[in-house]
Amino acid sequence: MSERKVYAPAPRVQLRDAFYATKPTAWTRYLRTSLPWQLVRFAVINLRMIRIIGLSHRGRS
Amino acid sequence: MAATRVVVLGAGVAGHTAASFLRKWLGSEAEVTVVSPKPDYNWIPSNIWVGVGLLQPRQVLFPLAPVYARHGIAFRQARAVALHPEGEGDATQPFVEVESTLPGEGGLRSRVPYDFLINATGPKLAFEATPGLGPEGHSFSVCTAEHAHQAAGAFEEQVQRMKRGEHKRFLVGVGHGLCTCQGAAFEYLVNLEFELRARGVRDKAEIVYLTNEYELGDFGMDGIHIRRGGYVTPSKIFTESLFAERGIEWITRAHVQGLEPGRATYEFLDGTEGEIAFDMAMLLPPFRGVGLKALDRAGVDITDRLFAPSGFMKVDADYGAKPYEAWRAADWPRTYQSPAYPNLFAAGIAFAPPHPVSKPRQSPKGTSITPAPPRTGMPSAMIGKAVAHSIVDMIGGRPGPTHTASMAEMGAACVASAGANPFTGTAASITVFPIVPDFERYPDYGRDVRRTFGEIGLAGHWIKIVLHHLFLHKARMRPLWSLIPE
Repeated sequence: MSERKVYAPAPRVQLRDAFYATKPTAWTRYLRTSLPWQLVRFAVINLRMIRIIGLSHRGRS
Repeated sequence: MAATRVVVLGAGVAGHTAASFLRKWLGSEAEVTVVSPKPDYNWIPSNIWVGVGLLQPRQVLFPLAPVYARHGIAFRQARAVALHPEGEGDATQPFVEVESTLPGEGGLRSRVPYDFLINATGPKLAFEATPGLGPEGHSFSVCTAEHAHQAAGAFEEQVQRMKRGEHKRFLVGVGHGLCTCQGAAFEYLVNLEFELRARGVRDKAEIVYLTNEYELGDFGMDGIHIRRGGYVTPSKIFTESLFAERGIEWITRAHVQGLEPGRATYEFLDGTEGEIAFDMAMLLPPFRGVGLKALDRAGVDITDRLFAPSGFMKVDADYGAKPYEAWRAADWPRTYQSPAYPNLFAAGIAFAPPHPVSKPRQSPKGTSITPAPPRTGMPSAMIGKAVAHSIVDMIGGRPGPTHTASMAEMGAACVASAGANPFTGTAASITVFPIVPDFERYPDYGRDVRRTFGEIGLAGHWIKIVLHHLFLHKARMRPLWSLIPE
């Protein structure tokens, strides 16, 4: 039986998987909760979802 | 002439949707009966908020009996035990044997005859597949409102300890190599992280996500590709980004072997093994069929004719064993009719998928570490509605199913909460088309990248709130319920 490796967070940030992940800029983070921008996105996302729902309700043999 | 009897087993998203539309579309000449072991309907997508203490169970549950009584649907609080699709002996009337779950009836068995039957029994939560997994063992779950409430209690206890200065490690993810529902684990993870920040103890917590996914963002769908910022980008990038931004660590390609108090052991896809200590774990179980038996007229067990080894019901899918390279979108079922009995259908999680969507992978020890395909939420409801429509048409004289809902032909819209607050909360809004990739139609990514979309923001949280209320309104069959799409 192989020896189990005990999980421990890497001691340096450069050794963590997260170091190689894409991260949002401050502007992107701001936009995520910006009320005027999110009102626009609310409308856009709803339209996109309604389109998918419409496409998916066409099942008939 | 006797009324046509349609029986629906299960009152989850698929079963409840099917029963509601059957009642709406069928005249008084037909009886609709729902058999469910639980007295309540549970809007499961909101259980994650129960699990961090933001909602109480009563806000995601309501009793089914009054709703069904108001709309002329018969309700039996019972567990289906065995199907008799040919009747028994000389009596050819098909029936399902059920066992009462009403308090005081002590498992009393009876027969419910049917002319058409929809098996929408959902999953059995197979905690026993991993020793020590689950609320009876050493981890929590958010699969039911009750489980989520227990998780909330444990979460609160940890928060209080952190407020006293203790450091804690939270382990969230899936508890077996064949689990599905990574989306729910993801939502619980990021909501937990958000609540720890809101409670001012984030700096005292270490949060680790443990998953059977080959890469983050697989979600049992082999990941999705999204066109954004001038690139077509896999969901792995977005999910890793989301975790990295929130300081969440992750362990992928892992099959949990077992749990002991405060410790989980797991096997990696490469055959090596690991272990992790934790103060609180929320690990979802794998799903199996509920264990329905089937018997022919002579009483011979025909369970393996009707059900796959996983316990899910075989329908009009291509179940032929073939290598991953030969999998096709056309393998997936369209009508959900049993090939053995034309008056028998399965809807939602209860149908047996022909194969996973994610690439199948095994460790050198032969352990399968592959997410099972998701079929909850929107696809479940769509399937329930399509099956109901077909049955209504067959009662009206059509020779076979008239409506289809293939997961390889339909898209899905999904909103994954990433923190619940009307001004600072966010959610990932995602659309995919189709759910099961079709590489013949879309050779590059298996999906239409113009219609597959995702973004995170406050607007998504608002949509999640709207959907919570809208779908509970629909499930309660309140005025105009049928106008709300699945």
